[in-house]
Amino acid sequence: MAVAIQGRGAQARAAGFWRTYIFATDHKMIARQFLFVALFMMALGGAMAMLLRWELAWPETAVPLMGWVPEPTMYEGAIPPNTYNAIFTMHATIMIFFVVMPILLGCFGNFLIPLMVGARDMAFPRLNMLSFWTGALAGAILLSSFFVPGGAAATGWTAYTPLSAQASYTGVDWGQNLWCISLIVLGLSSLMGAINYITTIVNMRTRGMTFFRLPLVIWALLVTSVLVLMALPVLTTACALLLFDRMAGTHFFLPQGGGEPLLWEHLFWFFGHPEVYVMILPAMGIASEVIAVFSRKPIFGYRAMAYAMISIALLSWLVWGHHMFQSGMNPALGTSFMLSTMVIAVPSAVKTFNWLGTLYRGDLHFTTPMLHALAFVAMFVIGGLSGIFMAATPVDMYIHGTYFIVAHIHYVLFGGSLFAIFAGLTFWFPKMFGRMLSEPLGKLHFWLTLIAFNCTFFPMHILGINGAMRRIYNPLQYDFLKPLQPINVFITISAFVLGAAQFILLINFIWSARWGRRASDNPWLANTLEWSAPSPPLMHGNWPGALPQVHRGPYEYSSPLHDADYWPQNAPAEKIVSVR
Amino acid sequence: MFDHLWLPRAVSTYAPRIDFLFTLIFWIVAAVWVLVTLIMIVFLLRYRSRPGRKAAYIEGNPWLEAVWTLVTAAILIGLALLSRSSWAAIKEGGPPGQVFYKVNARQFNWEITYPGPDGRLGTADDVVSENDFHVPVGQVVRFTLTSKDVIHSFFVPALRLKQDAVPGREIQVWFEATRVGQYEIPCAELCGFGHSGMKGTLYVQTPADYQSWLKQFYAGNR
Repeated sequence: MAVAIQGRGAQARAAGFWRTYIFATDHKMIARQFLFVALFMMALGGAMAMLLRWELAWPETAVPLMGWVPEPTMYEGAIPPNTYNAIFTMHATIMIFFVVMPILLGCFGNFLIPLMVGARDMAFPRLNMLSFWTGALAGAILLSSFFVPGGAAATGWTAYTPLSAQASYTGVDWGQNLWCISLIVLGLSSLMGAINYITTIVNMRTRGMTFFRLPLVIWALLVTSVLVLMALPVLTTACALLLFDRMAGTHFFLPQGGGEPLLWEHLFWFFGHPEVYVMILPAMGIASEVIAVFSRKPIFGYRAMAYAMISIALLSWLVWGHHMFQSGMNPALGTSFMLSTMVIAVPSAVKTFNWLGTLYRGDLHFTTPMLHALAFVAMFVIGGLSGIFMAATPVDMYIHGTYFIVAHIHYVLFGGSLFAIFAGLTFWFPKMFGRMLSEPLGKLHFWLTLIAFNCTFFPMHILGINGAMRRIYNPLQYDFLKPLQPINVFITISAFVLGAAQFILLINFIWSARWGRRASDNPWLANTLEWSAPSPPLMHGNWPGALPQVHRGPYEYSSPLHDADYWPQNAPAEKIVSVR
Repeated sequence: MFDHLWLPRAVSTYAPRIDFLFTLIFWIVAAVWVLVTLIMIVFLLRYRSRPGRKAAYIEGNPWLEAVWTLVTAAILIGLALLSRSSWAAIKEGGPPGQVFYKVNARQFNWEITYPGPDGRLGTADDVVSENDFHVPVGQVVRFTLTSKDVIHSFFVPALRLKQDAVPGREIQVWFEATRVGQYEIPCAELCGFGHSGMKGTLYVQTPADYQSWLKQFYAGNR
């Protein structure tokens, strides 16, 4: 396949605007499409979080600048309870399904897999395009639910039945239907993506790229794709049954017709817990890449890291019941789920120790991506440790459904997944857009985000320890929560700072993509194959000339057999230059 | 604000078991966190890049991997075994005692059914109270928990008690309060637009006060 080196504009002209930017089949363009749509959704989901925080700090007062929203969604800017419920439902649904998953899998999966295994594109480029547009359709369906009578779904992202199974319980009719339809459509999109990723990784590795020479982020994406392939159909099934209950008069989840409300919880969490790892495994992979590069050291325990991810994936099918300790499920079952949950914490701990081992006696460079990756490790430790409280069934009896849980999931999903996403975006930005991000702006964004993040989410542990329930619209309705209100105000102000800090990232992105310093092919002096391609890589083909061949593992940094402190996977074997 | 940094006062017989486990896990977790964070900070300071130095080429250490895998697993499985007996004592059965009340959750109230003068639930003289749950102190209280519509969750933070109320299921719940007082019973599972504000009150009374209240309550509902 001969591809002449030419500018991006020339390629776009050759293929036509529609084929290049809209119905793209090039994996890098699809990655960018996923990224831009997900960043747009992140802005929406983030704005919703600000509304939630306003309500919790100053309940039942008018939100500034929101007076234009018509009744009954808002009343002169004040949020009524059902709108509050709809906002936190949509905040979580958007952040999980339309931000974290599309960025980790849609953006990084698409961008990195062909470039890192040494392929010209995905195995199925058209299926890839279909996956993006199906996902975009799912997002449009979800957002349209704000505009139907009754408003958007208001039953939480977990949509527990029977609350979600009958319109009369919430007053939300089509909003919940559209929620189900959106997730069914999104399930299709995810399946297409997963099949594509698995096929590409298994079949399209270039010469010399054995499984144990794959970068860990590719291992993570492979394991995650298998999880997606097996977990999403369970959600699709559950949503279809829920839709039947709502629209066709069936009673799968409605007890008055012989249905079982807990069936939904079992199905949802049987999907839901693997889903949690879908959102953290690729983040772990990204952190491993970034930490190895900027420690100038091989990743500590490469195989242990790969095996840890595989064992997490296997165990993730056995722990769903820990979401249901207080649900009325047989308490004896709770004991077995407690044990499996404690066991699944082990591989995560092993990964953390291996990251620390990678730092040991390294040559650490504190670039913006490295800072984000280190924050990922530090925050993930807190999120992981707080999970142990919930795993212990008797303690869960108290903290289940409180702000302790909200703190935990945000330490894992924001402190974990999102910091890794920031690490990945700042790390691969030069490869994606051909220009360097501003380091001072990047560091400013990092420090503000790290501090504001902890001020926002750490105090939620304290609320939870005091029994403050989540999904409560006005904490002042409870005498035992009134003394905690100053904490809520503090959290809200921190959340506003956290939200505002993200504009720095946005400005940095837009400014650098247009005017940033041009990136060399390998600005970070890294080993993996994507850095052997031009920045940005060629549309439809990635490398000019032949595909790179792989001669060694991905983490040969500071090798005693080599003079430079990095040794690209594709550099031809050479004679031993010096031995220490 | 600063007197609310830890668990609130516990007023049930099993609350100390839960608080003990919480505190134990807290200290283990805090120690691990301090250790990991300290090691990380020391590494970040000590091994920051300096010109002319190359990183050490270390690919891993199987012994270390085995040690930290096994130690972590031992601590976590130990915690699970330690929690098991408390969980069984609280949720599987509990001490003997008669089921005296029925608590029926519905959007957005707790309906407490008292057995009436005959002392038996399910008879014609049962009396229902909205949101007011009176119990004697120092005695095992047993009740059946269910729901008329959606899933709710019966939560009394001071008792450390939480149990979902599921329509179509009757779940047995018990507690023994150790301190006279009034405690809120929020609903802890999203149950609709009135979820926030769905709350009852648990009145823990001395046996004498409780008996006289019960007599008055039954008389007023004849």
